[in-house]
Amino acid sequence: MKYADEFRDKEIALGLAKAIRAEAHPERPYRFMEFCGGHTHAISRYGLEDMLPKNVRMIHGPGCPVCVLPAGRIDMAIRLAMRPEIILCVYGDLMRVPGSQGASLLKAKARGADIRMVYSTIDAIRIAEENPGREVVFFAIGFETTTPPTAVMIRMAEKKQLANFSVFCNHVLTPPAMQNILESPDIRNIGRVEIDGFVGPAHVSTIIGTAPYEFFAEEFGKPVVISGFEPLDMMQAILMLVRQVNENRHEVENQYSRAVTRDGNLRAKEEVSDIFELRDQFEWRGLGQVPYSGLKLKRAYAKYDTEVRFDMNELRVDDNPACECGAILRGVKKPVDCKLFGTVCTPETPMGSCMVSSEGACAAHWTYGRFRDHQQRRAS
Amino acid sequence: MKSYQRKLDIKNGCVDLSHGSGGRAMAQLISGLFHEAFGNEWLARGNDQSAFNVGAGRMVMTTDGYVVSPLFFPGGNIGSLAVHGTVNDIAMAGAKPLYLSASFIIEEGFRFADLKLIAESMGQAAREAGVHIITGDTKVVERGKADGLFISTAGVGVVPDGLDLSAENARVGDRVLISGTLGDHGVAIMSKRQNLAFETEIVSDSASLNDLVAKMVQACGRGIRLMRDPTRGGLAATLNEIAQQSDLGFRLQEEAIPVKPGVAAACELLGLDPLHVANEGKLVAIVAPEVAKTVLAAMRAHPLGHEAADIGEAVADDHHFVQMATSFGGGRIVDWLSGEQLPRIC
Repeated sequence: MKYADEFRDKEIALGLAKAIRAEAHPERPYRFMEFCGGHTHAISRYGLEDMLPKNVRMIHGPGCPVCVLPAGRIDMAIRLAMRPEIILCVYGDLMRVPGSQGASLLKAKARGADIRMVYSTIDAIRIAEENPGREVVFFAIGFETTTPPTAVMIRMAEKKQLANFSVFCNHVLTPPAMQNILESPDIRNIGRVEIDGFVGPAHVSTIIGTAPYEFFAEEFGKPVVISGFEPLDMMQAILMLVRQVNENRHEVENQYSRAVTRDGNLRAKEEVSDIFELRDQFEWRGLGQVPYSGLKLKRAYAKYDTEVRFDMNELRVDDNPACECGAILRGVKKPVDCKLFGTVCTPETPMGSCMVSSEGACAAHWTYGRFRDHQQRRAS
Repeated sequence: MKSYQRKLDIKNGCVDLSHGSGGRAMAQLISGLFHEAFGNEWLARGNDQSAFNVGAGRMVMTTDGYVVSPLFFPGGNIGSLAVHGTVNDIAMAGAKPLYLSASFIIEEGFRFADLKLIAESMGQAAREAGVHIITGDTKVVERGKADGLFISTAGVGVVPDGLDLSAENARVGDRVLISGTLGDHGVAIMSKRQNLAFETEIVSDSASLNDLVAKMVQACGRGIRLMRDPTRGGLAATLNEIAQQSDLGFRLQEEAIPVKPGVAAACELLGLDPLHVANEGKLVAIVAPEVAKTVLAAMRAHPLGHEAADIGEAVADDHHFVQMATSFGGGRIVDWLSGEQLPRIC
């Protein structure tokens, strides 16, 4: 497969693995957090852990938008979808995300809610055009990567003068979540967990550029390497992080230079800032309330804002108290440290955020990597 | 006086409720369309059942339902798929398929022209596989109560003497053989979904495997432990099932698993794993290590098995993991598909 196989070459991978082994000092640990779910998935899918020395450990961050969506927002969507006039358009991976008391959009659909799986924002616009007598709601979710398409969609709705279309906005931002993790007591005060550097997001950075991470590198003294999603990209990014740590540098470096620039996509950023504004705070499953981490539609676009249009109340649902997702997302614990992991919490019946999507830390470990737990147990 | 009945207007007509009501219209549909397409001595006798001779030995029986959407896809349609699927379920026992039944649940308004095409594909698929559709049923439901057409089938076949293929037969050290490229059917269907349409040259691999199976059994029947056709859930589901049933694990080599570049690209685009994508003309055989080469050679000599490959082995594992060495150099589990990858693929 052209443009993909080149980035999955075994020989080059072995070369990079050798370089990482040679350059990582055996006496010190290297703990790197990959923020993005896409990276978490690639690590597990290609078995990268097997190629890294024992003292280089990857911590799986909160960068899976499906995973961090709080149960309350799912409950809000279900309540809305049960209204007969509503057609709710969602991306397929949202269907099984658990709300409160085992509810999900999939179950609501079975009970009669008109919920349609779409593959792009354009599908939702088409459905609105085809159903002028119904209210079509698009369940918008995602980081900075998926926000511009939602902005474009609102522009399209405006141009087509669609009176039956609105957006349930759940877009969230990467930098505030990274800051939240670094400022959490576990990491900043107690020093229970050390993060020695970040593998920075790939697609998010194509939009926002590398500049927003400069603050972390400077303020928290942590190296950041923006990396592509292919396994060779990741191996190279890890090597770059090892070198920064060894040389006591903390800079933003761009491994994904074939797609990412310092300033990002100016046009997309402009569209987004025209239509959206920051919420004071937004809840993340596993992290709790994170200030200035979510977006909502500006007042000028209120007629496209589902929450305003249907006067929706914010619903709050507490996470399962036994669930360790919060600690796992901050790297304090590993999936196997959670009592629910693999017992009541599996990809079929996820309890916590990390098990919800295949990009979540627990789901990725369960699906691709759990054989290592048994190997380790046998070895010890 | 002989009563006059207007001929079925195949070109422009469509099924209405009268075609399922037991009256003349139904009789006309059955004789004019289905008998014509399936044409055999059993149906010609017009009974509610068909009698056939039973030979000596063990028989196998299977049943299956077909609800694929869309009904017509690159490389086949619901009719050919129904025959291939049923024949393959019988063949996986190493058996020779003999007779099928077919029951049609048709939505009011379904075009005769489409029904005729589907019935003709079934007839042709049956002739190619050397089986006969010897009994059937037709029901018509109101508009909106079925998505065009659903087909249910049953099939019987006879197992050669001394052969007893079953999912609990795999043993540690056995080899895992696959008859060709994975994921063709699922990707062909996806490429035609209304809201997912994309350009691809991939066609469904839907095919009857009974002749390939016969050649494999001929080459070394006693060394074959079991066979499965990896349909819904793909190779991943099939091997996980066998691992559970035989109380062992598998270790696969990703590099050895054949996947067409077009399928790999489509899966990349859609975020799918080809090992989870459905096949309708492929089989997995677990065989004793000493006969693996012979069986593989027999598979490769057959047109439906020329890309056959040895992709791994059965290993001792209490956890029943299907593990894989990735082409990149790491290791991973090949787990069951969780949730619904794509509904109504067959």
